[in-house]
Amino acid sequence: MSSLSFDIAHLLAGGLVLVSFLELYQDRLLALINIFATHAVVLALSVAWQADIQHAPHLYITALIALLFKAIAIPVALRRIVVKLSIHREIETVVGVGFTMLFGIGLVALSMVVMLRVTPGADPLAREDLAFSLSVVLLGLLMMVTRRNAVSQVIGFMSLENGLVLAATGAKGMPLVVEISIAFSVLIAFIVIGIFLFRIRERFDTVDMQALDRFRGERR
Amino acid sequence: MALIHDFALQGVQMLLALVLSPLLTGFVRKVKARLLRRQGASVLQPYRDLLRLLRKDVVLAQNASWLFRVIPYIVFAATWVAASLVPTFRSGLMFSWSADLIAIIALLGSARFFLALAGLDIGTGFGGIGSSREMMIASLAEPAMMMIMFTLALIAGSTQLSTMASFMNSSAVGLRVSLGLCLIALIIIAIAENARIPVDNPATHLELTMVHEAMVLEYSGRHLALIEFSAALKLLLYISLIACLFIPWGIAPADASPQPLLVGIATYVAKLTVLGALLAIFETVIAKMRVFRVPEFLGAALMLALLATLLRFVSRTF
Amino acid sequence: MTVIYALYGIAALLLLAPVVALLGGLPRISDILYGSVLVVAAALCAFGLNGLLLPAQSSTVVLPLGLPWLGAHFHVDALSSFFIVVVNLGGVTASLFALGYGRHESEPRRVLPFYPAYLAGMNLVLLANDAFSFLVSWEFMSLTSWALVIAHHREPGTLRAGYVYLLMAGFGTLALLLAFGLLAGPAGHYDFDSMHNAHLTVGLAALVLVLALIGTGSKAGLVPLHVWLPLAHPAAPSHVSGLMSGVMTKVAIYGFIRIVFDLLGTPDWWWSLPILGLGGITATLGVLYALMQNDLKRVLAYSTIENIGIIFAALGLALAFKAEDMPTAAALAFTAGLFHVFNHSLFKSLLFFGAGAVLTTTNTRDIEQLGGLIHRMPQTALAFLIGCAAISALPPFNGFVSEWLVFQAILQSPQVASWGLKLIVPAVGALLALSAALAATCFVRAFGISFLGRARTAAASNAEEVDVSSLAAMYVLAALCLMAGTIPGLFIDTLAPISHALVGSMMPHQTGLEWLTIVPIAESRSSYNGLLVFVFVTLSGSIGAFAIHRLASDRLRRGPAWDCGYPDASPATQYTASGFAQPIRRVFGASIFQARETSVMPGPGSIAPATLAVSLRDPIWDSIFTPVASFVSFIADRLNILQFLTIRRYLSLVMAALVLLLLMLAIWP
Repeated sequence: MSSLSFDIAHLLAGGLVLVSFLELYQDRLLALINIFATHAVVLALSVAWQADIQHAPHLYITALIALLFKAIAIPVALRRIVVKLSIHREIETVVGVGFTMLFGIGLVALSMVVMLRVTPGADPLAREDLAFSLSVVLLGLLMMVTRRNAVSQVIGFMSLENGLVLAATGAKGMPLVVEISIAFSVLIAFIVIGIFLFRIRERFDTVDMQALDRFRGERR
Repeated sequence: MALIHDFALQGVQMLLALVLSPLLTGFVRKVKARLLRRQGASVLQPYRDLLRLLRKDVVLAQNASWLFRVIPYIVFAATWVAASLVPTFRSGLMFSWSADLIAIIALLGSARFFLALAGLDIGTGFGGIGSSREMMIASLAEPAMMMIMFTLALIAGSTQLSTMASFMNSSAVGLRVSLGLCLIALIIIAIAENARIPVDNPATHLELTMVHEAMVLEYSGRHLALIEFSAALKLLLYISLIACLFIPWGIAPADASPQPLLVGIATYVAKLTVLGALLAIFETVIAKMRVFRVPEFLGAALMLALLATLLRFVSRTF
Repeated sequence: MTVIYALYGIAALLLLAPVVALLGGLPRISDILYGSVLVVAAALCAFGLNGLLLPAQSSTVVLPLGLPWLGAHFHVDALSSFFIVVVNLGGVTASLFALGYGRHESEPRRVLPFYPAYLAGMNLVLLANDAFSFLVSWEFMSLTSWALVIAHHREPGTLRAGYVYLLMAGFGTLALLLAFGLLAGPAGHYDFDSMHNAHLTVGLAALVLVLALIGTGSKAGLVPLHVWLPLAHPAAPSHVSGLMSGVMTKVAIYGFIRIVFDLLGTPDWWWSLPILGLGGITATLGVLYALMQNDLKRVLAYSTIENIGIIFAALGLALAFKAEDMPTAAALAFTAGLFHVFNHSLFKSLLFFGAGAVLTTTNTRDIEQLGGLIHRMPQTALAFLIGCAAISALPPFNGFVSEWLVFQAILQSPQVASWGLKLIVPAVGALLALSAALAATCFVRAFGISFLGRARTAAASNAEEVDVSSLAAMYVLAALCLMAGTIPGLFIDTLAPISHALVGSMMPHQTGLEWLTIVPIAESRSSYNGLLVFVFVTLSGSIGAFAIHRLASDRLRRGPAWDCGYPDASPATQYTASGFAQPIRRVFGASIFQARETSVMPGPGSIAPATLAVSLRDPIWDSIFTPVASFVSFIADRLNILQFLTIRRYLSLVMAALVLLLLMLAIWP
């Protein structure tokens, strides 16, 4: 493999981590959805590049799914939800942006160390790709933990899933079936959570997850 | 003979920085005006402003100290020296080894230190607000700049700008994740350090939103001219820095004959034009931030730069 | 030159103490004392320089003092010579400053006898070559400085500062005692030469490292053991504050280097982790604390903590490189640390002298009460400004050079093999960069609020320039700051034998390079030339000024301040120190210091002033010292009954202890 294609694969995977950080930084919902769309675009590019360098045409389908579905369909739908619920002005984070990002950097460092230490013999591209995808997964998780708003939690969940796709495409010979199943599981999760959003909204007039806690009798 | 030749080239660089910087400022202003469908002043307007200011009397506040009068010269000299040490059209200039990137950043830090003191010298509210905010911005931007520099130095194996530029020009550099992170962080820092939108507004005189302009509010005449000139030089410096690190093509090597030197100057001017236009477009499409959003913005740059350094430390290939 | 000459000098200092105590009533006794201390310190300084510049000058003396089977060993080598120079240069300038400053002393008899004794104590620590004399001199240094701290015991807060200081000093010495006990091993070889040969197990070495870090760190002001420092250093008279901050913390660093680099043997890489981590945290927290203070001397004391953090970070790097077998990088980091030791002693003494000068003429240390001093004290202002620029790591002054070297050392570290270091070093680099930037903010605030602007009180507007000898002391230091910043190669070369002895390598020879450039590794990697930068900036500034004055305009008119059309005559409308720190307080303080601002706005029509109150909590004090203190007082309450026992019970306690010890001896394998 030439060093240039290696570098581009790296750059795209690193770009995904970067966009994950942008998601952590952005606390306004509509902008967050745009960034998520970017996240999906970068993922699609990365997957397509992998398809090219691994000569695995089926990965193009995955890339296409990522592009059409996550970069276009879901953001459009989410945007409609946000506008419909008129929550596009809400800004809610549990902890400050700075600390979240600092913590995120810690997570990236952790996943680098873990991945590079446990896979010393593997193909360097695969191992560093794996390290990046683990960071994307962890950052998605961090996003879900640090946001109160259901919409941002959904986005966190989906970017987590993007990390999984990145990992799957980085490893050679992953069958397409898994891809489709992952994509479908996200779709289902999206629908389920989307419905939940409306239900929550109807019942409690807010999408603040803390409202749910209150009704379950937790916290206060 | 060779000594004279080197000396002349260093002189050309210093003069080039001096001559081009007001032009760059004027150009950015012109592009911004055109984007807003205004006619805008001529690109030569900054020269006229500077000349006019230089000829005017200085009106000094009654309680201004000697420090207040010396500071414009210190600021100007430090910025000018820093600007003439960044490779623009030719690397390996005669004195380029006298200060590496850390020292250049620190020289700009000296300029800012003294300018912030000037803001406090008269003892007015606006001067104080300006210096206080400027130092807040600086204390976040400087570490970010330092981390960017760490990453670049680790990639290039040097903190010497000439060496860095020629390394970036070679094929050994490749596309790297940490370079990408650095570029974004460096752009954020450049915007903040030059008091551009969205961090500060160079054109405003709405008192409560200004940072840099509040600090220099009491200056007039030749003092103000020098400060404006330093601001223009600083903008040129940062744009040259981005150009020499991230688009290093066309910089003539240290032993170049006249022809590559001319090519170097031509590409340098082209780079300035493109980057200046991009800056104007960016400033036009974005809105100014509240002052207390700025730490988050700069914090993001710091985090990105830290991430880049970390990646670089962990693996050689990033 | 043998160590005995240094001991003569110290003996002279020790002799001065009782003489002055007896003759305290004489007129001009303070001039006589400070003059003679100046001479002795200058001689000791020359002795140190001699040891540093002429290699292979180590010599040992054993005096029949102290423990009978041990004697008192004294020894001088390159490391102790360097620190003797640092200490006695501080001593010379402090005495010079005190020639003028000491005349304003309200209670000279509480200061004069202890001053030479304190200086002698610090020198003795540097020469001691066995654990016993080291600890005795260490304790002597602590106690004499404690006496100086409580010299002004009538001022509020001083006694508390003294109490906390005494407590922490005792704690630190205890830790050092244990460390030396472990180093001496079961056979009890208390002289340093035998300790060299003691090969400790991994666990014991780690324990010694931790104890040394606690013992010396508590004296140097390493977070979280720093709490006494910002109380005690400002409380002492200013020349002593300068010595304590600029010099005594360096003696603590000497102790650390002596134990960890010299006595403890070959390091493991993980030794450096706590040192690096604590160094980075100390640097950042120290300067953040400094930004929140309004007391000029306390700002300086906290900034000492910051610089100690930088030095420890450099030493940690050196240890890591030494363990990873990278001698050139280790030499770079080690030299950077030592150079910063020297630089910090220069500018911190300078700044404390400046603060002392301000204190003498205005009687206040609160910068909110000052302002506009540059008009009344232009000479002091210039010297203080140079100190501020140097400590803020601005070229062409010396603070920049040593921090530059530290950063160059950090850039060497990706080559280390261990993962822990790969992760912690960039984080420490970021913390150091942050603290350097915050230091600049801190000193813009300290200088800007107190020396610039308009006088806020009558005391500030009636300030007067200080006397010649105080100014001379400050300008000697300022000149040294500029010299070490512009021709650093000279100083780096002087440090080479030390790094050769302790980390096994030295930086490339610097003074032979053209234009006096410094090149830490190779010219293609990095180089810096302070002299050229200084000359360039000066030249282009003066050419610019000359051209403008000749060709354009040199006319000047004075008028009222513009201030956007709303100038206000009242000096209260200026920016305050708290106001200046507010943005930083919002960014960092809310989470670290739990800074809370409460503003009270009187209603319409009310003429009561609006108030803004800021509350800050000290995280270290709250999380460590308060629990410990309450635990101790809990135990003390329980043990209180022991005070009211009968004699018979006391005797039975004594006997029980004796029997217990005998039993332990019996069962000991």
